[in-house]
Amino acid sequence: MKRFKTLYTAAVILLAALTAALAGALILWTIGADVTRTYSVIAFEPLKNAMQIGEVMIRAIPLTIIALGISVAYRCGIINIGAEGQMSMGILAATAVALAMPDAPRYALLPMALTAGALGGAAWGFIPGVLKARLHVSELLSTVMLNYIAAQFYTFCLRGPMLDPAEITMGSGTPQSMRLTKAIWLDRLVPGTRIHAGVWIALALAFLTWLLLFRTSWGYRMRASGAGERAAKYGGIGVERYLVAAMVISGAFAGLAGAVEISGVHRRAIEGVTSGYGFSAIVVALFGGLHPAGIIPASLFFGMLLVGADMTQRMAGVPANVVTALQGVIILVIVAARMVLENPYLAERVRVRLFGSAEGSGEA
Amino acid sequence: MPQEIVNRISSLRMEGITKRFPGTLACDDISLSVGEGEILALVGENGAGKTTLMNILMGLYRPDEGRILINGSEVVFRSPNDAFAAGLGMVHQQYMLVANMTVLENIALGYKRAWSPLRVDLEMVRARIGEVADRYGLSVDPDAFVWQLSIGEQQRVELVKTLCLGARFLILDEPTSALTPQETDELIDLLKRMRSELSIIFISHKLHEVKNLSDRVVILRRGSVAFEGSTSEHSPGEIAALMTGREVVLPKNEAPCCEGCEALAIRGLKVRSDRGFLAVDGLDLSICSGEIVGLAGVSGNGQRELAEAINGLRSVEEGEILFFGRDIANLKPGEVIAEGMGYIPEERNTEGIVPPFSMKENFILKDSGDPHYASRSFLRLKEIDRNADRLREEFDIRSPDTRVAAGSLSGGNIQKVILARELSRAPRFLVAVYPTRGLDMGAAEFIHKRLLEKRAEGMGILLVSEELEEVLDLSDRIAVIFKGRIIDTLDRDSADSRKLGVLMAGVKESGDEAV
Amino acid sequence: MDFAVNILALGVPFSVALLIASLGEMFNQRAGVFNLGCEGIMAMGAFLGFLAPFLVGRGGPTAEIWNYAGILMAMAAGALMGIFFGLAVVTFRAPQGIAGIGLQMFGVGVAGTFFRHFVGGTQSIPGIPAMPIPLLSKIPVLGPILFSHNPLVYVAFLLPPAAWYVLFKTPWGLRVRASGANPRAADSIGVKVNLVRFQALAVGGALAGLAGAYLSLCQAKMFSDEIIAGRGFIAVALVYFGHWRPLKITGGALLFSLAQALQLAIQGRGINFPYEFAVMLPYVLVIVVLAFSRENLLLGPTALGRPFNREIRT
Repeated sequence: MKRFKTLYTAAVILLAALTAALAGALILWTIGADVTRTYSVIAFEPLKNAMQIGEVMIRAIPLTIIALGISVAYRCGIINIGAEGQMSMGILAATAVALAMPDAPRYALLPMALTAGALGGAAWGFIPGVLKARLHVSELLSTVMLNYIAAQFYTFCLRGPMLDPAEITMGSGTPQSMRLTKAIWLDRLVPGTRIHAGVWIALALAFLTWLLLFRTSWGYRMRASGAGERAAKYGGIGVERYLVAAMVISGAFAGLAGAVEISGVHRRAIEGVTSGYGFSAIVVALFGGLHPAGIIPASLFFGMLLVGADMTQRMAGVPANVVTALQGVIILVIVAARMVLENPYLAERVRVRLFGSAEGSGEA
Repeated sequence: MPQEIVNRISSLRMEGITKRFPGTLACDDISLSVGEGEILALVGENGAGKTTLMNILMGLYRPDEGRILINGSEVVFRSPNDAFAAGLGMVHQQYMLVANMTVLENIALGYKRAWSPLRVDLEMVRARIGEVADRYGLSVDPDAFVWQLSIGEQQRVELVKTLCLGARFLILDEPTSALTPQETDELIDLLKRMRSELSIIFISHKLHEVKNLSDRVVILRRGSVAFEGSTSEHSPGEIAALMTGREVVLPKNEAPCCEGCEALAIRGLKVRSDRGFLAVDGLDLSICSGEIVGLAGVSGNGQRELAEAINGLRSVEEGEILFFGRDIANLKPGEVIAEGMGYIPEERNTEGIVPPFSMKENFILKDSGDPHYASRSFLRLKEIDRNADRLREEFDIRSPDTRVAAGSLSGGNIQKVILARELSRAPRFLVAVYPTRGLDMGAAEFIHKRLLEKRAEGMGILLVSEELEEVLDLSDRIAVIFKGRIIDTLDRDSADSRKLGVLMAGVKESGDEAV
Repeated sequence: MDFAVNILALGVPFSVALLIASLGEMFNQRAGVFNLGCEGIMAMGAFLGFLAPFLVGRGGPTAEIWNYAGILMAMAAGALMGIFFGLAVVTFRAPQGIAGIGLQMFGVGVAGTFFRHFVGGTQSIPGIPAMPIPLLSKIPVLGPILFSHNPLVYVAFLLPPAAWYVLFKTPWGLRVRASGANPRAADSIGVKVNLVRFQALAVGGALAGLAGAYLSLCQAKMFSDEIIAGRGFIAVALVYFGHWRPLKITGGALLFSLAQALQLAIQGRGINFPYEFAVMLPYVLVIVVLAFSRENLLLGPTALGRPFNREIRT
């Protein structure tokens, strides 16, 4: 019985992986690309040298942080697809702090900028949280709308109040802020790569998230709200409050990821910093089983995919957008496979079909 | 109607039907047969396999083994359509009507003769309804929306629907469970009149109805036929014994009513339902410590809203709920719980437990912040384990361990998890809504015993139930709810099911009924 | 007066994409399936609608035909994506919200990939020209507002009453509504609930594809990654706003596009207002509308978002 369960699980996962790979192959085949070459570029090129591995790592950092936040919200029963917007707001808030206090010392400015980033994201997460808790507005729609709003606000700030004065004088008008003071730069850890101290932040947050979700009564109540909203309400849990809290946490994580991204990688606010991390992180969270221990390897895997996709563009002539399509397929396959795994009826039927044994399992 | 002549069913036979669900053998080699114009009663406890068997007959489930014969030749039903075409029709226990469509549309949904690709001929359906209504004396308003109808009217719609679709063979799944005794009598009269034209399988566990109506009885127990024979030759007592397989005497409340202080006093309570009308409309009720008050009534008369309002889950429009002297109306659920209220909610799977959570996690649902289980917000996992092991043993919950997902347990065990959680918190009062609905006799007995124990310890209990026997067995006093008001309150000694039935229908007799 | 006519004449064609997509989404939801992937289907539709006339339809007497070939391709791909989505959420019973996001990413990703491969960069096409209706378009006020558009706009006018008729007067509509409101009841009376849901998804997908093609062929006359710009999500919101009723949804779509036209007109008049904030407005409007439209499921699909499984009792 137990062995069948393991085999069944493995088979479902394998099938799911095959389905996703096949769907990707189908897209590649349609555009006449060399399928094996593309896949091998994605799988091996990003790991070829230290520099490339570093690139994978620096993508994994924001992915981990955002996915942790998304998994907190998801476990509380609210699907946050607004991480993209929350990240943008975090970037703006952190940039604003850095620009406002160019002479502040590092020990004061860096924590302040990171906190500001978290707060900016939290504020942007608070809105859909409250809208859902109080007015039953679907978070799926409100967070998407807030993404568009944040994107516009982001360009507005970069073209207006935060525009680099040098751009004005030079007249090129690239929407970006000026280079931020060195006081908020995160250290680079490995020479020859861009790996930065954000790694520690991501790891620490992963531990904290685990602690919150599985070891505290707060996390217990959040998970209860998500796993059985009605029962939680009947059990005296103020579900609405936890919904809002989860969205605030989720937003704060995304905002912090934005702040870390500019202080670790770009060192200025510029268009395209978020570059779809908010959406990729949804896939990472699901792929990692909504658990910190799964999210870390998952974010490395998807970091590799993102780097690989950039390389396929150069090496195999396949547009990088293909990775978005692939991520979409992966979401569909994961959620479907999860339902298959959780359906005892199906497992039983497969077992009976394969082994023909008719006895009931366990207690009646 | 030519169709009906074709569909004449002179005999129907199910042979060796077996159906497995994961973890259970719902039907185990069941055979039964029904002749023309016969009424067969299918009797058994909850979970005995009656409904599954009938769903197989209707083509909703496919049997793993066995076959169905009509007029001696084998038929295979792949979907309900095949069963309809063969002249079978079923009125399910939960009525299968679409609430936001009209009666006409509900019937048109199955009446394929009125369909053309681009149009439903509603007039044709209307004519058909009229025809059936005249023939059997069943009047329905075709233009009413289903949600506007009472339970009794909905059942009539179900019958009309089944007959409109040309059923010559009728399956009724617990048709009387939501009816008042008077409505039940009307239904039984109607079915007796219909027997000249139809064969009927009648599922019930109310033995006097079985006795009154059926020619033959088949008793199912744990998925197989325990007995088959003529109804007239057996007394209800014999049938009951065969049904349960053992002598189960449910415990009764025989202790004298104790004189406790007033635990819960409800005055002039008004609460709105989800649809916005006053479901509880000026309700008064008082319950003392050490007393069980049974709230009898046809479901849908405000019971759910009352229980939710007491527990802070529904806002109170007007009136007060005094709990040991403190008004708890419109407090938050958590605050009501903190006041010492225990609650066994109606929907055990969604309101009682968090299904994916483990059993041990479910035990602390109301106490996750209690210092006993959490210090400085950190969960004390060892304490939670210890508590779970203790409760599992004390309440005889059957599971491999306390880590299993609560949602994977059987109904009886889920109810025991809820009961264990509520009683172990030592509440001052308990609201129990349909605590034994759908449970087998063993589990029901267990729960009844526990409730009576708590009563003896001085806890007040409000018992909401639609089973008159349960109410009569356990209560000190019985309040009858009708359209959101307590229409009358009877003492245990002066109450019987006839009197309660009259009250449940909303008729208050004057004179000797006064308490 | 002229100003108002201008706005109306601008707003009516703006509403078309939203209208078509949200009517498609209405069929999905009426059958009980919440398809958040509408955005992705529209992106595919927009790309495919653009592709045929771009590749083969430039110049020549057959140019017009290729526009319509594009539309057909968009609708077919939309229906296919709807069915693909059904595989995940109907057959495998995956949670619909998150699966919808998957479909959206898939659609947007594939459209973007194909666009870069087959087209390369920003290219414009002649698109489907306006076809003023003789005589009617000369009527003052009403002419420019209603009768001076391209043929798809006129088709869109017919769609709400057609959707209403299908939903409330045909056997299929009856089955769709029953599958979304009480699948168990529908099943017991012989409706193949999951099949109906697949059909509704195909219809909804085809309409979303058409809406996308309208955007690239008639409105923008080009394709870009941002061409849909959230209209798929807005369409979903409009279905809630319109309480699953075709005519109310139409009202919502018109209201929305008029607001958008007004915003453009104001900008056109040189009123100083940051461009970005103007672009934000429709999205803000969606949130406001959602916050104040009370969800009344009693009128609509009570089982929305819940997969149907005959063998699991509730």
